[in-house]
Amino acid sequence: MQILITGIFLGGVYAIIAVGLSLQYGVARIMNLAVGEMLVAGAFAAFWVYTAQSLNPYWSLLFVVPGAFIVNWLIYRFLLQPLVRRAKTRGQLEVDSILVTFGLSFTLVGIFLIVFGGQFFNYSFMSRPVELFGSRYGQNRVLAFCIAVVICGLLWYWLNYTRSGLSLRAVSVDPKAASLVAIDVNKVSAFAFALGGAIAATGGVLLSTFLTFDASVGVVFTMKALIIVIMGGVGDIRGAIVAALVLGLTETIVARLIDPGLTLASAYFLFLLILLFRPQGLFGRRTT
Amino acid sequence: MTRKEIIGLILVPVAFIILAFLPSLPNSANLLSLAIPIAMFTVLATSWAIFSGPTHYISLATAAFYGVGAYTMATWLDVLPYPVILLIAAVIGAVFAAVVGFATLRLSGVYFVIFTLGLAEMTRQVFVWYQNNFGGTRGHYVFTDITEAQIYWQLLALGLLVYLVGWWIGRSRLGFAIRIIGADELVARHSGIHTARSKVLLFMVSGAFAAVVGVVMAPRFVYIEPAMAFNPQLSFLVAIMALLGGIHRLWGPLMGAIPFALVWEFIASNFPAQTILLMGIAFLVVVYYIPNGVAGVVEGWYHKLKAAGGEKHG
Repeated sequence: MQILITGIFLGGVYAIIAVGLSLQYGVARIMNLAVGEMLVAGAFAAFWVYTAQSLNPYWSLLFVVPGAFIVNWLIYRFLLQPLVRRAKTRGQLEVDSILVTFGLSFTLVGIFLIVFGGQFFNYSFMSRPVELFGSRYGQNRVLAFCIAVVICGLLWYWLNYTRSGLSLRAVSVDPKAASLVAIDVNKVSAFAFALGGAIAATGGVLLSTFLTFDASVGVVFTMKALIIVIMGGVGDIRGAIVAALVLGLTETIVARLIDPGLTLASAYFLFLLILLFRPQGLFGRRTT
Repeated sequence: MTRKEIIGLILVPVAFIILAFLPSLPNSANLLSLAIPIAMFTVLATSWAIFSGPTHYISLATAAFYGVGAYTMATWLDVLPYPVILLIAAVIGAVFAAVVGFATLRLSGVYFVIFTLGLAEMTRQVFVWYQNNFGGTRGHYVFTDITEAQIYWQLLALGLLVYLVGWWIGRSRLGFAIRIIGADELVARHSGIHTARSKVLLFMVSGAFAAVVGVVMAPRFVYIEPAMAFNPQLSFLVAIMALLGGIHRLWGPLMGAIPFALVWEFIASNFPAQTILLMGIAFLVVVYYIPNGVAGVVEGWYHKLKAAGGEKHG
């Protein structure tokens, strides 16, 4: 039971990062390998708010969300859109965007290292335990999970029940057809990319309340988010959430029962199973 | 064989023979400490480009193969003769590549990149776990009487082999098939090419080379432990060097490996904290300013020169 709940808590926070990436890849068609660095930026912001300003780290959301939104919008507009225009084929765009976002990721890590240095960061916020079903869990984890659930829920509602959400889904299904029904594809893509980045940075704020991080930890989360997005099916928010919970559970089970050093290996094992048996994702339909 | 190819077949080995005399120069120890990384990266980047150049699949698995090679060396050093270890490493590298390839190469490029991105880290975790539970110690000492010069010669020989293999693949049916796949996979499949098998075969070649390089380099480390052998940075360095040089020509990665390895050595020894930043900027510069690499730039000049020369004569 304890493993189950810990796993679900972890999965909830993974879900929020994966949902961010899923928006970026599903709608803007950019596999953003720098998503983990957005997360680390959020974590650093929360750390700074808590230690330097001695405020509740969640206050950092006030500037992290708009800040990450603007930064990601600029990145899409000035770094990635030229690639979209230049690319002759989907494959060319894929290769270029992968290389550029790798470059971006390393550049950001380099900047973090210069600004913050290479040591590990953590702070203790709401680390009192709370009792649930007979076992104890950190309050910070519970709160982070609840916020993740709220954000995922809002996003899901927005995407499925509003007009602007609908236009996003339309672009994700077929950008060409979407432009025929008077959707400004460029604008929607840029918005989705920016929103995805803002969500990932929010995930970083949540994670920083209970996890130790350093400047170069981003790539680990990028990888997990990628695995989740593929497991859940590209652009499928619901699939991403389920996949995130599955990954969180698997990691916790492996860490507790076999060896804590094998978490990534277990994520890979899941990934391999998905690639071999359901490459279209958990809920995806096979394309012809 | 065209005249150009025959000239190449003579000139390239001659160049390698000349390079082989480097250790006999005075003061060669310093030169060698630069020449070995350059030679190593040339072999790795060229074998990387043999696969990634025509297929456009960005492989980040180099470090995994390299680490497996280094561990092959460490494990069997005292038991088996050295040439046998090289052979075993090549086979293990190829088999490993085949397994990874069959799982991922049937799908689009993104899946492959993501999978290989974490492959080195995953292999490292499995190694550490295995050694903690079944293998006793984590690290291995590699004591050999292999000198720096011998490592250099081995790398040169590997370099020659990589060029021969790359040239041979370029001429073979497999090379032709892979060029069609790179241009349009659907067309390739419709003209009866077994696309997945061709890609996996090519990936196996590059995996085998990386594993052998791991064996060759292992004596330089003296002490091998997982974090060092499976350093993911190596994969990125190899990819950026090959891309910087240009992956559409066999000699392209060499053009990238030489300058980048030199700059890298300089930055790593003077500003070790800034290496990651350098790598990031290098990636961005390559994509935005030199998408065809140095080889593409050189070829552009060559064509311009030729055009200018043609006007004079005509």
